[in-house]
Amino acid sequence: MLYREAGDFKTSYHADNQTFPIKFDRIGFWITMVIAFLVIPFMINDYWANAIFVPFLIYAIAAIGLNILTGYCGQVSLGTGGFMAVGAYACYKLMTAFPDVSIVIHIILAGGITAAVGAAFGLPSLRIKGFYLAVATLAAQFFLVWLFNKVSWFYNYSASGQINAPERFVAGVAVTGPNTDPWAQYMICLVFLTVCALIARNLTRGTIGRSWMAIRDMDIAAEIIGVNPLKAKLTAFAVSSFFIGISGALFFAVYLGAVEVGEAFGIQKSFLVLFMIIIGGLGSIFGCFAGAAFLVLLPVALKVIGVDVLGWPTDLVSHLNLVIVGALIMFFLIKEPHGLAQLWRLAKEKLRLWPFPY
Amino acid sequence: MKDTVEPYTTPDGRTIGGVLMDMRNITLRFGGVEAIKDISLNIREGEIRAIIGPNGAGKSSMLNVISGFYNPQEGEVWFRGEKRPPMKPYQVARLGIARTFQNIALFEGMTVLDNVMTGRLTHMKSNMLAQAIWRGKAEQEEVANREVVEKIIDFLEIQAIRKTPVGRLPYGLKKRVELARALAAEPKLLLLDEPMAGMNVEEKEDMSRFILDVNDEFGTTIALIEHDMGVVMDLSDRVVVMDYGRKIGDGTPDEVRNNEQVIDAYLGVAHD
Repeated sequence: MLYREAGDFKTSYHADNQTFPIKFDRIGFWITMVIAFLVIPFMINDYWANAIFVPFLIYAIAAIGLNILTGYCGQVSLGTGGFMAVGAYACYKLMTAFPDVSIVIHIILAGGITAAVGAAFGLPSLRIKGFYLAVATLAAQFFLVWLFNKVSWFYNYSASGQINAPERFVAGVAVTGPNTDPWAQYMICLVFLTVCALIARNLTRGTIGRSWMAIRDMDIAAEIIGVNPLKAKLTAFAVSSFFIGISGALFFAVYLGAVEVGEAFGIQKSFLVLFMIIIGGLGSIFGCFAGAAFLVLLPVALKVIGVDVLGWPTDLVSHLNLVIVGALIMFFLIKEPHGLAQLWRLAKEKLRLWPFPY
Repeated sequence: MKDTVEPYTTPDGRTIGGVLMDMRNITLRFGGVEAIKDISLNIREGEIRAIIGPNGAGKSSMLNVISGFYNPQEGEVWFRGEKRPPMKPYQVARLGIARTFQNIALFEGMTVLDNVMTGRLTHMKSNMLAQAIWRGKAEQEEVANREVVEKIIDFLEIQAIRKTPVGRLPYGLKKRVELARALAAEPKLLLLDEPMAGMNVEEKEDMSRFILDVNDEFGTTIALIEHDMGVVMDLSDRVVVMDYGRKIGDGTPDEVRNNEQVIDAYLGVAHD
C-alpha cells in the first residue's frame, strides 16, 4: 500500500508533466540521488569502481544515446562502438592538443564532434529503413575502427597504435591518468550521467521527442502532421551520437586510460549496448539504467556465485555468461519487447490496486 | 455548374465564405495510368464538402494531392488566394491543412495525449536547447499547448483514455483520436478520408455529430470522402462526384442525387 497512484491528484499541467508523477517515485528518486552523490563516493574502493560502478555509469550514457535513436526514433543502429571510438579519439586529440583546457570541456566537445559524425552517417536513414539501415550503420562501425587503426594522426603516431589518457584534473583532483582515485572516476561519470539523463528525459517528453516517436510509429502520418522527417531523423542521430560520444570519451579517458581501438570499440561493443536497451526497454530512459546495470552486474554476479562460491572453472562461468545473455535476448524479444522497463510498468499497474483488486 | 463566390448563409445559420481551396485542371498520372483527369473543384470557407464516387474513382488521390503526398503533373492548386508550389506534406501541414486516413494512422506506441499533442507540432516553436533545459520557455509552451489539447479532448469526449497507449484502444475510439490529432493543429482545412469506414450505426451517429460540431464551433472547413450516402447527403453542403478519375457531378446533395450521370455511375447503365 506504500506505492500507489490512487489519490495522487494533479491540479496543474505543470504537475502532470513532471518526470516522476507519483510521489513515491519522487521520494525514491531523491533517495537514490543522495545515496549516489553522498554515500557511495565515500565507500567506494578500487574493485567496486572498476568492476561495477564506473562501467555501469558509462554504459548507461551509451544506452541512453542508443535508446534515443533506436527506442525513440526507431532507427536501428549497429554503429555504437564506432561512435564511441569517435568520442574517445576526439577526446584524446583535444586533450593532447589543448592540454590547458579543462577535461570536462574536452569531453563535451568530443560529444559534439561525434554528433556531427553521427548525423553524417545518419544521412542514409532518409532513404533506407530497418535491416538495411542497420547494415549501413554496421559499415560505419567497421569504417571508423579501420580509420582509427590506419591513420596514425589519430593516435599521434605512437608506436603501439594505442592512445593513452594523460593526467588531467578537475578542481585540483585527478580524474584521468594512473593516479586517479576511484571516487573521482566515479564522480565525474556520475555527474555526466545525471546531466545526460536529465537532458534525454527533457528532450523525449517535449516536442522533439514526440516527433521522434511519431517517425518511429508511423512516418507517413508524422509527415502529414508537420514533422520534417529529415530534421527528425538527423537530430535523433546527432543527439544520440552526442551521448554515445561522451560515453566513449569517458570510457577511454576515465575508465580504461589506454585504448586499442579494435579491442575496446569493436562490433561487440555495439551489440553489448544494443542488448542493454533491448533487455532494459526500448523507448524508456529508466530502461537504459536497468539494462546497463543488468549486463554489467550479470558477469560479476556469475563470477562471484560460480567461481568464488561454487568453485567452478573460470572459463565455464564466462561461457555460461554468454549463454545466459543470448537466452535472455531471445526471451525478451519474444515475450517482452519493451524489456525490464515494461515489467516495472506492469508491476506498477498491479500495485495500483493491490491488495484489493476488486 | 457555376459557383457563386459571394458569402451566403445556410438554412441552419452557418456562413459560407469565399473560396478557400481551388484545384484547377488537376491531372495526376502514375506512369500510363491517369488517376485524376483534368478535374477542377473548389472548397469554400466554412463548408462541408464531400467527395464521393465508386472504388478507384480517384477520391483518395485527390485528397493526397491536396495534402501534398502527390504533386499533380498538370494543374494548379490555389490555397487562400495564393498559388501553392509543389510541396512536401510537412510543409502543407504548416499551411494549415490537416487530415485523417482511411486506415487509421495513429502513433500506436504513444498515449492518446501524446498523439494529440503531436498534432500541435506546427504551433510549437521552442528550439532544441530550450527543450533540453525544459525549465522556462519550453515548459510554458508545453503547458499552453496542453490547454488547447485538453479542450479538444473534452470536445471529443475522450478524457477517460488520455493516458492510454493508442495500441490498446478499440477501432471506433482510434478514429476519434485521429480526428482529435488533426483538430489539434487548428487547421483551416480539415480532410477526412472515410471517417466512418467500418463503424456501426451508433458510432457513425457519434462521428457525424462530431463533424458537424467541429464545423459549427471552430468554423473549420471540412472536405470528406465517405461511402455512406445517407451520411454524405445529410452532412455536406456540396458534393463532388468522381468516376474513373473524372468529375461527373458537382453541386448540392439534391442536385447530385438527381444527376443522370451520377445515377449511371452508381447503378450502372444499360449499353444498347
